[in-house]
Amino acid sequence: MLIRKPSDIRFSEITPKSLYLRRREFIGAASGAAVAAAAAFVPGQAQAQGGGAKLPNVGKSKYSTTEAPNDYKDITTYNNFYEFGADKDEPAVNARRFQTRPWTIKVEGLVKTPGTHDLDAFIKPHALEERIYRMRCVEGWSIIVPWVGIPLADVIKKLEPQPSAKFVEFITLYDPIRMPGQRVPILRYPYVEGLRMDEAMNPLAILAVGLYGEVLPNQNGAPIRLVVPWKYGFKGIKSIVRIRFTDTQPRSTWEISAPREYGFYANVNPKVDHPRWSQASERRLGEFRRRNTEMFNGYGVQVASLYNGMDLRKNF
Amino acid sequence: MTPIAVLKWATFAAALSPAVWLVYGFFTDNLSANPIDYITDTTGLSALTCLIVTLAVTPLRRLTGWNELIKLRRMLGLFAFFYACLHLTTWAVIDQFFNVSGMAADIVKRPWVTIGMTTFLLLLPLAVTSTAGMIRRLGRRWQQLHRLVYVAGVTAVIHFWWVVKADFRDPRLFALALTILLSFRAWWTWRARAFSRS
Repeated sequence: MLIRKPSDIRFSEITPKSLYLRRREFIGAASGAAVAAAAAFVPGQAQAQGGGAKLPNVGKSKYSTTEAPNDYKDITTYNNFYEFGADKDEPAVNARRFQTRPWTIKVEGLVKTPGTHDLDAFIKPHALEERIYRMRCVEGWSIIVPWVGIPLADVIKKLEPQPSAKFVEFITLYDPIRMPGQRVPILRYPYVEGLRMDEAMNPLAILAVGLYGEVLPNQNGAPIRLVVPWKYGFKGIKSIVRIRFTDTQPRSTWEISAPREYGFYANVNPKVDHPRWSQASERRLGEFRRRNTEMFNGYGVQVASLYNGMDLRKNF
Repeated sequence: MTPIAVLKWATFAAALSPAVWLVYGFFTDNLSANPIDYITDTTGLSALTCLIVTLAVTPLRRLTGWNELIKLRRMLGLFAFFYACLHLTTWAVIDQFFNVSGMAADIVKRPWVTIGMTTFLLLLPLAVTSTAGMIRRLGRRWQQLHRLVYVAGVTAVIHFWWVVKADFRDPRLFALALTILLSFRAWWTWRARAFSRS
């Protein structure tokens, strides 16, 4: 057995003490880089891009599309969120200082225990999932968004609605001081949306609290919003403060604004045009040519059965 | 430079600025996440603005008595036509990508496309006959022909109105401006007739 004498070790092989003491940083950085590199090659895992607070323990989902998400910048500067201005670049500016804590959600109507919940306690029992979804706007453009959220069905099960509940209604915060767009009477505020109970229980429906692995930016509907990817984007009500279970069909804000043009269902449907424009095609942000719009925005496998026997021209 | 020459250059620069912004914005990636819609909206809005300002020239001239203002009118009208051309080209070439059957269907089926196309067809003969030679050749008929601009103003505002989803603040503003500008003419015409009858 050859035992080397200490003089055999060259000085160049010895790690300087200053570096040795910082070894944890290198390990951390290297593993961080490895994780980042790995994540970049794993489909269905969107990298943080915005620099917001990172959400912990976000699981993946089989419902995510493998299509590449749009850039964070596109998703956060091209928003229809009239509460913060009617132009698409306005919410990013006007929502900058919007405070989303403390935030409460009031649960009411046909439900076992009505009451007011603190948002964090409301979300906590549920596992966060990343859902990379297509979003089709009724205006004829579409975008791919890596949401982080909780399945709406899990939330509803926990709230225990009564059997007589046929619909669930969502209501946005009404606060014209914090939401300057509400001072302009373009729409009737607060914004209201609703789903039939079986739609709400569909596994595709989520309440989103994040984007790109980070806390949801204000302009995208912080702190909590609905995402129903087989419907036009306006169904995705933002900054929710009330959830009401009811036996009558809610009247949604756009339905009230223009009943001929926007219906309660608002399912993406290339065969049923908007009274003023065609819905047969769409422009995916970042693409040059228009592409054909798919029935139920391509989510027919999961949701088509909800509408069996319904005339989708009448129930648009 | 005379005051009218200064004003003419200033108007030229102002009227050209949306086009300059679009070119600059295109190369610096500043035309939003949806540049095609952005270009369509900006060229359309610029066309309408130039058209309304064109219609403001004569009332301003009569109210101020500054007759030289008339020298701005043709330039402004041609700018309106310039932006209308860009607007139409953006739709036909970039948005629809020469989808002729799709465009034809839209023109027939979609009232806002029909009326937009009508506006363009109304402006076209006005632009073609805007040269000094044409004015001389057409004589009295030139003025009759160019009254089409009033119709184009109305159809342009309707076109804008029909494309908006819910925020009617801008279309309302343009409709109001157009109503005021056309009211001046109606009032003057009515007065002139009443005067000649008495």
